[in-house]
Amino acid sequence: MISLIKRCVRQYKKASILSPIYVALECVFDILIPFIMTFLLEEGVNKKDSNAIICYGLILAALALVALLFGALSGVQCAKAANGFATNIRKDMFEHIQTFSFSNIDKFSHASLVTRLTTDVNSVQMAYMMIIRIAIRAPLMLIFGVIMTVYAGGALAGIFALVIPILIVGLLLIFKFAYPLFKTLFKKYDRMNTVVEENIRGMRVVKSTVREDAEIKKFSQASNDIYKTFSKAERIVAFASPLMQLAMYLSITLISWFGANLVISSNGQALNQSQLTMIITYSSQILMSLMMLSMIYINVTMSKASIDRINEVLNETPEIKNPENPVYKAVNGQIDFENVSFSYKGEGGVYCLKDVNLHVKSGQTVGIIGATGSSKTTLVQLLPRLYDATVGTVKIGGVDVKDYDLDTLRSAVAMVLQKNVLFSGTIRDNMKWGKPDATDEEINNALKLACAYDFVQGLGGLDTHIEQGGSNVSGGQKQRLCIARALIANPKIIVLDDSTSAVDMNTDLLIRKAFKEYIPETTKLIIAQRVVSVMDADLIIVMDNGEVVAQGTHTELMDTCEIYREVYETQQSGGDFDGEN
Amino acid sequence: MAKTNTKPKRPPMKVKNPGKTLARVWGYISKGHGFKFVLVMLLIIVSSYASVQSMSLMEDLALEIGKQLDAVNLHGLQPEYGGILSVIIKMVIIFVCGILASAISEQLNVVIAQSVLRDVRDTMFAKMQRLPIKYFDTHTFGETMSRFTNDTDTLEELIARSIPNIVTSMITITVCFIEMLIKSWQLTIVVVLTVFAMFFVIKGLGGKSAHYFVSRQKSVGKLNGYIEEMMNGQKVVKVFCYEDRNKKAFDALNNELNHNATQANKYANIFMPIMANLTYLQYVIIAVVGGLMANKGWLIVGDSTNTYAAFALVSAFLLLSRSFTRPINQVSQQFNGVIMALAGAERVFELIDSEPEADNGYVTLVKAYYDENGNIVEGTVGDWFYAWKHPHGDGTLTYTKVEGHVVLKNVDFSYDGKKQVLHDITVEVEPGTKVALIGQTGAGKTTISNLINRFYDIDDGKIRYDGININKIKKDDLRRSLGLVLQDINLFTDTVRENIRYGNPEATDEDVYKAAKLVHADEFIKRLPDGYDTVLTLDGANLSQGQRQLLSIARVAVANPPVMILDEATSSIDTRTESIVQSGMDNLMKGRTVFVIAHRLSTVRNSDNIMVMNAGRIIEQGNHDALMEAKGTYYSLYTGAKISTT
Repeated sequence: MISLIKRCVRQYKKASILSPIYVALECVFDILIPFIMTFLLEEGVNKKDSNAIICYGLILAALALVALLFGALSGVQCAKAANGFATNIRKDMFEHIQTFSFSNIDKFSHASLVTRLTTDVNSVQMAYMMIIRIAIRAPLMLIFGVIMTVYAGGALAGIFALVIPILIVGLLLIFKFAYPLFKTLFKKYDRMNTVVEENIRGMRVVKSTVREDAEIKKFSQASNDIYKTFSKAERIVAFASPLMQLAMYLSITLISWFGANLVISSNGQALNQSQLTMIITYSSQILMSLMMLSMIYINVTMSKASIDRINEVLNETPEIKNPENPVYKAVNGQIDFENVSFSYKGEGGVYCLKDVNLHVKSGQTVGIIGATGSSKTTLVQLLPRLYDATVGTVKIGGVDVKDYDLDTLRSAVAMVLQKNVLFSGTIRDNMKWGKPDATDEEINNALKLACAYDFVQGLGGLDTHIEQGGSNVSGGQKQRLCIARALIANPKIIVLDDSTSAVDMNTDLLIRKAFKEYIPETTKLIIAQRVVSVMDADLIIVMDNGEVVAQGTHTELMDTCEIYREVYETQQSGGDFDGEN
Repeated sequence: MAKTNTKPKRPPMKVKNPGKTLARVWGYISKGHGFKFVLVMLLIIVSSYASVQSMSLMEDLALEIGKQLDAVNLHGLQPEYGGILSVIIKMVIIFVCGILASAISEQLNVVIAQSVLRDVRDTMFAKMQRLPIKYFDTHTFGETMSRFTNDTDTLEELIARSIPNIVTSMITITVCFIEMLIKSWQLTIVVVLTVFAMFFVIKGLGGKSAHYFVSRQKSVGKLNGYIEEMMNGQKVVKVFCYEDRNKKAFDALNNELNHNATQANKYANIFMPIMANLTYLQYVIIAVVGGLMANKGWLIVGDSTNTYAAFALVSAFLLLSRSFTRPINQVSQQFNGVIMALAGAERVFELIDSEPEADNGYVTLVKAYYDENGNIVEGTVGDWFYAWKHPHGDGTLTYTKVEGHVVLKNVDFSYDGKKQVLHDITVEVEPGTKVALIGQTGAGKTTISNLINRFYDIDDGKIRYDGININKIKKDDLRRSLGLVLQDINLFTDTVRENIRYGNPEATDEDVYKAAKLVHADEFIKRLPDGYDTVLTLDGANLSQGQRQLLSIARVAVANPPVMILDEATSSIDTRTESIVQSGMDNLMKGRTVFVIAHRLSTVRNSDNIMVMNAGRIIEQGNHDALMEAKGTYYSLYTGAKISTT
């Protein structure tokens, strides 16, 4: 927590310091109220002096108002500090995530990053709010309360030496027994949520195999498990409030008995009636503060897991960084792989690319064919340094990709990812991802190249709104928009990673034709399932199990490569019906 | 302590009918826990009484002390401690009762709350199982899921905390009020007046803060939406060097949230100290007013001979007024939470109240055999088979052997009653043959399979299964007779063995192995770390797509259904893997009626009948050779000949 505070509190330092100061001041005035009250009661009520009542009453009212003022001030500062702190954490995390390479992103799942940026930051914010306010107030109230008791009642304060340990030990016992139960409870909730999730997603399977009753039974079991553990844990926690009452009543009883004796035996000299009332008021304040402290303890403990998760993100070292003295211009789209091997786990891991050597001339069209899991995607991701080769060198335009400025490199190599996304916003906004200052003309040209112009016009032009994830366009349309987005920046190399799988064959053909005609200088890498999509390429690469097993033209491969022939022949028995026009 | 909850909370929604929803909640509580609930109420009264007495007895104590002081100072007597002791004994008795009552009621409360929650969850899940597929097609996954997570959480908050707290507060307020009235009606009026004044302050603050809370909630929604979208597209961000633009956009939203949240929090934060210190102010007012009234002799005090009578009354009132005001504050603070919880509860009940899948079928699926006279008799003697058991109006029963003869006649269908998606579909599938439906996405192929297993019901026309109108067949039995393999594969968190057995709970281990072998899944299963006992998690995340599909096919194989529907079963698998899966499927399809839905032509070539669909109509049908002969759409697709494009 402390390192996180140091790192992210920044411009909210002042508010973070002011908040506890104001709280402390509020406490001082609050604690004085019962004390001054004794004078009002003693001098005014017992001695029947109305002037004294009014005089002390005014002082007390002033104290309450001043305390109110400081309390409110601290509330304002606390809100500023805690929200600012949370804002900074979010900002730092988000900016840091922007520097992540693909392997960093893979390490954290998308859902976990979202949780860290939302839920975890919230829980830290709550804890921080408690720390700079209640965590100051509670111990101060406790200490002041004890001081005042000692001042007024002397030895009577000894009662707290008995009651406070009882309360603390009791609370600790509750925590000790309940905490592990709550921990197992999380797992049971996970189990129940898994059942629900699998059922919602697999409802067609459940219904078609008529397993509804079995699933209901499964769920009841999970739900009953939660019931058992949760009740057990809550029943333990439920002892906290009677325990508090016990401590409270015990101190009231003891103070009453010993206090009354003291008042009578000293004839109101050592302790007067009003002071006795005051001590009882303080005792409830002291015990309440203890209760507060235990709550803070639990909350801060629980936020620790969140802090750890946030720090994990902040401390993650981005694996790919800009080189010093980078190259700012890619001359052409020539590609060279020299003895390249790659493992997701780095050296010593399982290599999913093995000793690849490839040479592609600028402007060539290259097809890549292979079964799922043959590392086709891995191969092309090395080009824009989405991952770095573990062994060997990848060169573009004759220069090692590691020597390029990252922005230069990635603008030169346009990737159309397999799992691609469009973002909420207009089609124009989405197209500008490729080039922020793209004109409508440039956008339309790119759309035409990707055979997307016609349907975009049909949808309502560039101002058509795209829903999050592109859910309002069909799969084939989405793929074509993604291709257009990549083309806009006039890349030296364009990589299509299975990017036309939902586009019908005819359109697929038109796109390839357009590529050949209008961007002859650009090197085209096409990963495809369908041999037809790559048949007319200048070079076809056949991959199997992380190795390039053959390369050549269609005719050459038909003669020499058995895998290629096999794939070609199984696919020859027909085309494909998907996609739309 | 809260539970794991990774979903961002939805903004609070308006409650449509709070009274009715509360009544529903009460219904769950009173069902089986009515007695306990009443007992809890009684116990709360006892413990509230004890806590009020803890202050009230202070008056007795002060009077007793005063009496002794007067005895010493005014009358020169020796003090006696007997009276004080009796006050103390009274205290101890009341306190012990109070602690016991509160301990027992808290325990009972946990049991009530948790079992009500369990009942609600179970009812909701059981109901979900009975909902028609339409529900799941028209509600997103998140929408349904959050009813089990967020909405149930807020309901829990309501039942386990808000309701008991509010009840306790109400009772304490009442008991306290009565006690104050008994002691002094004049001072009670003062207390009530100050409480009213505080109410106005709360209202003023509350109105202002509500506005900021709404705008905060909006900012939270916007920022979380942005985070969700960008984390999902982070790889695309990298590919397009969008990082800097991304940071800027994020900063703007983040700062907007900071502003609105700070404003909202300010109000929430100052609320507490304002209320606490206003309570102090109230405390002062009571002391001053009480003291002055006593001095003027306007307060009727019990024992006027006691010098300390006025003091005793005023100091007891000071304590009482605090325990009167505190619960009022608490209730007003809890109000927001209750509204949110009721909105959550309403969504839970909405699911419970959804219309379940109707089933008026009465023809059932039974195991049967031929007796010596060649009649079909129920039972599993010898070579048993499946038969339809058809009770008739006149009380007679007929049995029909399940052959898998499916006929669709002039079927029309629309999902929403407006846009017709199937037009006049007529198909006859002879037992044991394979019919393929091909066509573009959206042509209506999957819709046909939805109709055969009655996930949806047709608008017009007829579907007959072995000569029986499928509306007459009990849905469960109809579905048992149909094996379904889908493109989206769903496996369950359990062992491989149980995942295969999912299709037929009665299957023995031997049956499971046999099914796995039949579809060529046995080989890879044996290579898994624990073979058939390997536990699959996260929908079989550690298996390849092809392996997962083989398991889902084995699941159908073990059920041994007479009719199978393969809905794009191999389309998310690459063509090489497909050939392996295909051989497993070919084994399974032998001797069954099979519907194959596909867009890859290679998948359907060897079908007995191929229906080419377009825009909800069958435009061509026939076997491969016939369609090639016809030189229509099928032909042009198959040969890769150009299709005219616009």
